[in-house]
Amino acid sequence: MPENNVLRNALLIDGIRIPFQRAGGSYKSLMAYDLARMAIQALVNATRISPNAVDWVIMGNVVPNIATSNVARDAALAAGLPKQVPAATVSLACISANKAITNAVDLVRSGQADVVIAGGTESLSDIPIGLRKPFRMRLLEAQKYRSKFSYLKFFRGLKFRDLLPEIPEIAEFSTGRTMGEDCDMMASRFGVSREAQDAYALQSHQKAAAALKNGALAKEVAPATIPPGFQVIDQDDGIREDSNREKLQALKPAFVKPYGTLTAGNSSFLTDGAAAVLIVAESVAERLNLQAKARIHSYAYSAQDPAEELLLGPAYAIPKLLDKSRTALTDIDVFEFHEAFAAQVLANLKCLASLNFARKNLGRDAAVGEIPMEKLNRWGGSLAIGHPFGATGARLVTTAANRLIQEDGELALVASCAAGAMGNAIMLERV
Amino acid sequence: MAYTQTEKDNGIAVIWLDQPGESVNKLGVEMVDEAEALVEWLDKDPEVKALIFISKKVDNFIAGADLEAMIADRKPGVLQEMSRRGNRLLNRIESLEKPVIAAIHGAALGGGLEVALACHYRIVTESPKTMLGLPEVKLGLLPAGGGTQRLPRLVGLQKALDLMLTGKNVYPRQALEMGLVDEVTHPYALLDAAKASANKLLNTPRKRQRKKSLANLALESTSLTRGFIFKKAREMVEKTSGNKYPAPYKIIDCVEHGMDNGIAAGLEAEAAGLENLADTPQARELIGLFFGINKAKKNPLKTQPLAVETIAVLGAGLMGAGIANVSAANGLRVLLKDVNHENLAQGKKHVWQHLSRKVNKGALSAFERDEIFGRLNGVVDYNTFSHANIVIEAVFEDLNLKHRVLRECEQACDAKFIFASNTSAIPISEIAAAAERPAQVIGMHYFSPVEKMPLLEVVVTSQTADWVAATAVETGIQQGKSVIVVKDGPGFYTTRVLAPMLNEALEILEENGEVRHIDNAMKQFGFPVGPITLIDEVGIDVGAHVSKILSKLVAGRGYKSHDAMIRMFSEGYQGRKNGMGFYHYHDDANTLRGIGKKKKEVNRTAYKFFSGKTRRERHEVSEIRTRLVMMMVNEAAWCLQENIIRSPGDGDIGAVLGLGFPPFLGGPFRYIDRLTPSVALANLERLADAHGPRFQPAPIIRDFARDKKSFYR
Repeated sequence: MPENNVLRNALLIDGIRIPFQRAGGSYKSLMAYDLARMAIQALVNATRISPNAVDWVIMGNVVPNIATSNVARDAALAAGLPKQVPAATVSLACISANKAITNAVDLVRSGQADVVIAGGTESLSDIPIGLRKPFRMRLLEAQKYRSKFSYLKFFRGLKFRDLLPEIPEIAEFSTGRTMGEDCDMMASRFGVSREAQDAYALQSHQKAAAALKNGALAKEVAPATIPPGFQVIDQDDGIREDSNREKLQALKPAFVKPYGTLTAGNSSFLTDGAAAVLIVAESVAERLNLQAKARIHSYAYSAQDPAEELLLGPAYAIPKLLDKSRTALTDIDVFEFHEAFAAQVLANLKCLASLNFARKNLGRDAAVGEIPMEKLNRWGGSLAIGHPFGATGARLVTTAANRLIQEDGELALVASCAAGAMGNAIMLERV
Repeated sequence: MAYTQTEKDNGIAVIWLDQPGESVNKLGVEMVDEAEALVEWLDKDPEVKALIFISKKVDNFIAGADLEAMIADRKPGVLQEMSRRGNRLLNRIESLEKPVIAAIHGAALGGGLEVALACHYRIVTESPKTMLGLPEVKLGLLPAGGGTQRLPRLVGLQKALDLMLTGKNVYPRQALEMGLVDEVTHPYALLDAAKASANKLLNTPRKRQRKKSLANLALESTSLTRGFIFKKAREMVEKTSGNKYPAPYKIIDCVEHGMDNGIAAGLEAEAAGLENLADTPQARELIGLFFGINKAKKNPLKTQPLAVETIAVLGAGLMGAGIANVSAANGLRVLLKDVNHENLAQGKKHVWQHLSRKVNKGALSAFERDEIFGRLNGVVDYNTFSHANIVIEAVFEDLNLKHRVLRECEQACDAKFIFASNTSAIPISEIAAAAERPAQVIGMHYFSPVEKMPLLEVVVTSQTADWVAATAVETGIQQGKSVIVVKDGPGFYTTRVLAPMLNEALEILEENGEVRHIDNAMKQFGFPVGPITLIDEVGIDVGAHVSKILSKLVAGRGYKSHDAMIRMFSEGYQGRKNGMGFYHYHDDANTLRGIGKKKKEVNRTAYKFFSGKTRRERHEVSEIRTRLVMMMVNEAAWCLQENIIRSPGDGDIGAVLGLGFPPFLGGPFRYIDRLTPSVALANLERLADAHGPRFQPAPIIRDFARDKKSFYR
C-alpha cells in the first residue's frame, strides 16, 4: 500500500534469468557483463516491452570486473537498449539485486521513472586476482623513479609472499572471518545440528529437481548460448536429483575443521548467473498493455553488528516489514528465502519462532511466528539452484511472483541475509 | 577562393577543402587550378611556416577524382595531361620546405589518398568513417596521382601492391600499423593535433620509423629480388582474374618501372597508363556499372517509406542469419525466429563468427560487435512480433509452409506490418494469395552469402502497395545493399536469367559434354564459379524446383527445360549439401574451411542422367561460352521486354552483383551493346537454327537491331 496517495503503485511484470551455472562451468569464459546482457535481452523479449520504453536499468553486482565497473551500463548498451537509458550498478553483498529492485520500486513510485529493468549479475569465474598491496604500492611508486638505480629500492623490504597473486575470499572485512566460519559458529550458537542442515539441503535439491521436471522453473529461465561454440545452456547445473542423506553425511566440514557442521553439501556453491525483472508503474503498464504478475507491496532493510549476527538479516528485516505493512506472518502464502547455508536458514527460522529472541532482540511481546515449511521455497532454493551473489534477489522475487500465481496466493514474502550483517525483506501482492 | 578557404593561425596555414555544391570533395581541374596558385602563394608568404590540408565536409576528406567530369566527352590525351598536371602539383607540395600535413577524417580514396601521400605527415581520426584506399583498379583504372610511386615507398612493396591490386579500404588502426599514416587521433582533436604536429615538425624534422621487417627490406631493396615480388604479384593476378583485366598488370608495371627508373619515370608511366586503360572496354563497363550501383543505393521510389525500427527474420539458416546480420550491423533491431534454440544458436554463431572476423581485422571493436549482437534477439515464438515493421521469411522453399508462416505473422503482427519473402523462385503473388492484406506482401530476394553479396532484388506484385515497396527498398539500402526493383513473375529477374544458362550447361552435358570442362570454360570467361558447380552449390533440389516453376514460361516459347535435375533429385541427389552432386565432396566440404581447399573430383555416376555415355567429349570452348552467355543475355532481354526489370541498368546490376556475370563485360545489356544488337541477333538466330526455339531472340533485340539502337549509347 503506498504510504500516501501521491505515490504510484509499482508492478512486477515478469522476471527472467539465464540458467545458473557452477563457477568454472559453462560460463567460465564470460564476464558478468556478458551474463547481464543475456538476462536483459531475455527480459525484454519475455515481457515484449519495447526497448524504447525503458527508463532505467539497475543491476546488482558484488565481485566487479574493474573493466566494467558500472556493469549495468555496459551490459545495457550491449543488450540492445537505447543509449539514452541511464544505468547504475548497486552493490549490497548478497542482497544487491534486492537493492536494485527496491531502487526501481522507489523510482517508479516517486514518478522518476515509468519502466525500470532491475536485477543482478555475477561471475565468480571472473574474479579479480590481483597483486598484493606492498607490490602494488611499489609499482605505482616506480612510475616516479628517475634513475635506473632507483629500481634497487623496489625490492628493498619486499617479501616473497608479496609477489604471490592475491585471490579474494568471501570474508567479512570488519571481522576477517569467512562467511562459512561465521555461519558454522552460528549453527553451534543456535543448536542447528549437522543432521538438520543436511536434511534441509537435501529437500532443497529435491524440490528444485521436481520444479525442474514439472516445468515450474522453466518459466523463469531463458536459454543462454555461449560464444564461440554457441552450445545451448537451458538448465541450472547445480541441482542434484541423485543426492541423498548418506552422500551428504559423508562430506567433511568445509570451514571449521575438524568439528564444524557446514559442508559443501549444505552450503550454497559459487555460482555464475544473471537475472532481471521488469518494474513498471501501474498506470503505465495499462497503457503499454503489460500484464503484471504482482505488485510490490512493501519492503524493509535491516543491519546488525557483523561480529555478532552476520547472517540473521531475515530475523530482523521480516518483523520490521510486517510491522510497517501491518501484516502478520500468517497472512503470507508464499515464502521465498535465500539459502546461503542450510544452517543460516534454520537459525533464522528458529529466531523468528523464538519468544526469547523476540523479547530480547526485537522488543516484541510475542514471537514473530513459525514459518510453515510447506510454504517455504517450494521450488528449491539457493542451495540447489545456486547463488550468483548479485543476482539471487531477482530470482527470489520472480519465483515468489510465479508461485503466488501457481499456488493462488495473495501475499508473498522474500527474505535474504547479506554480508555486513544486513537483511532485506520484500512483500509482493498478487494483482 | 571557391574550393578552399585558408586561415592563418600562428604561422600555420590551414587549408579547408570545401567543394561548392557537393557533399564530398572531388578532385577536378578547377580544384587543381586553385590549389596550384594557393601553394605558390603560401610558399612565398613569409608568415606561413607550415601547411595543413583538412576538409570542411562531413565524414569526407577527398572522395577521389571527379569521375563523371573525367569521363564526360573525353578527348584523346586529356587524361594523361590531367595526370601530369596533378602530379606536378603533388610533386610541388612534396618538395615544399615548409611541412605539409594532411589531416584526414572520413574517406580519403583514390586521388584523395594520393594528395595525402604527397604531404609530409598524415594524421587520421579514429572513426569508422575514416578509410583510406586506392580503389582505381575496381574501375579498370590505375592510381595516376603518384599512388603507384609513393605508396610502395611508404609502406613497402608487398603491402602497396596488395592495396592497389585489390582496391580495398584500410582503417585507421591498420593504417597506423603499416605506416601509411603517422598518427591517429579522435575526430574533435584533428585540427589541434595537426597544428601540434606542424609545430613539432618545424622544431625537429621527423625521422620516419621503418615499419618493414628486415626480411622484407632485403627483399625489396634490389632490382633482382624485387623482380621476384613482381613475378609473384603477376601470377597472383593471373590466378584470380585471368587475363580479363589489364589494369592490375599496368599497376604492377608502373610500380616496377618507378622502382627501377626513379619516381619521375614512374609518374610518366602512370599518366600514359591511365590514358591507355581509360580506353579499354573493361574500364568503360566497370565505370558504367559503378555509376549504376551507386544509383541503386538511392531509393528510386517516390512514396514515403515507413520508418523501420525492428525487423523479424523467420529461419536462422545461412540466409536468415545473414539477413539478420546485415540488419543488426546497420542499426536495425532484429527478431530472429526459428523453431528451437539449437537452430537459433547456429544462426547466432554464424553472425558472431562473421563479426569476430571483423574484430580481428580491426574493422570493428569487440564492444561494437557486442552492440550489434545485442540488437539480435533470438526467439522461438511470435510473442514479440508486434514490434516488427517487416518480417522477412527465409524458411524452406515450400509454398504451404510460406502460407502458414504468413498467416501466423498476420496473427502476431501489427496491421501495418510488411511480409517479405526471400524466396528465389516462388512467385510472390502465389504467396500473397493466402494473405489477408496482399498489398503488404513483397519479395526481398537476397543472395548467399548475404554479408558478401551486394544485391537485393525487391519483387513487387500488381497488388503490392507503393509504401510497401518504398519501405522494402529503403530497408535494403540501410542494410548496405544495391537494390533493384523488379516485377513479380516466375523466377523474377535474377533466377529467371540464371536458370536458362544453367539449363544450357545441362544440354551440353546431354550432348556428351564434360562437367569440369564446361565449368572451366565459364570460369575462364570471367564467371566466379562454373555453372555445374553452381548447381551443386545452390542445390539440385532447388534447381529442380526452379525448373518446375519456369516450365510454363519456357513452354510458351516452345521448348522444355532439361529434366535431369528433377530426375536426379528424385534419386536423392541434392548437390553439395548432401554430398551427392555433379562432383564428389570431401568431409570438410560443408565447412568454411573446406571451400576451395581441395580440387574436387567429378562424380561420374551423375553422367547416367545425361546421354548415359561414360566417354565424354570436350566441346569447343568458345561454343560453350556463346551458348551459355547468349542464353542469359537473351533471357535478360525478354525480362526487359516484359517489364520485369525497369531498365537495362537494373538488369546489368542484377546480373553482375547477383549472378556473377563478368563485371568487365558490364552486364547483359552492356554486352549486347558491345556486340551490337545485330550481332547478338545473328548469334541467337544461328543458335536457334542449330539447337531449337530456346534461342528464339527476344523481340526487343530484333527491334534494336533493325532500328540500329543500343541500350545505353
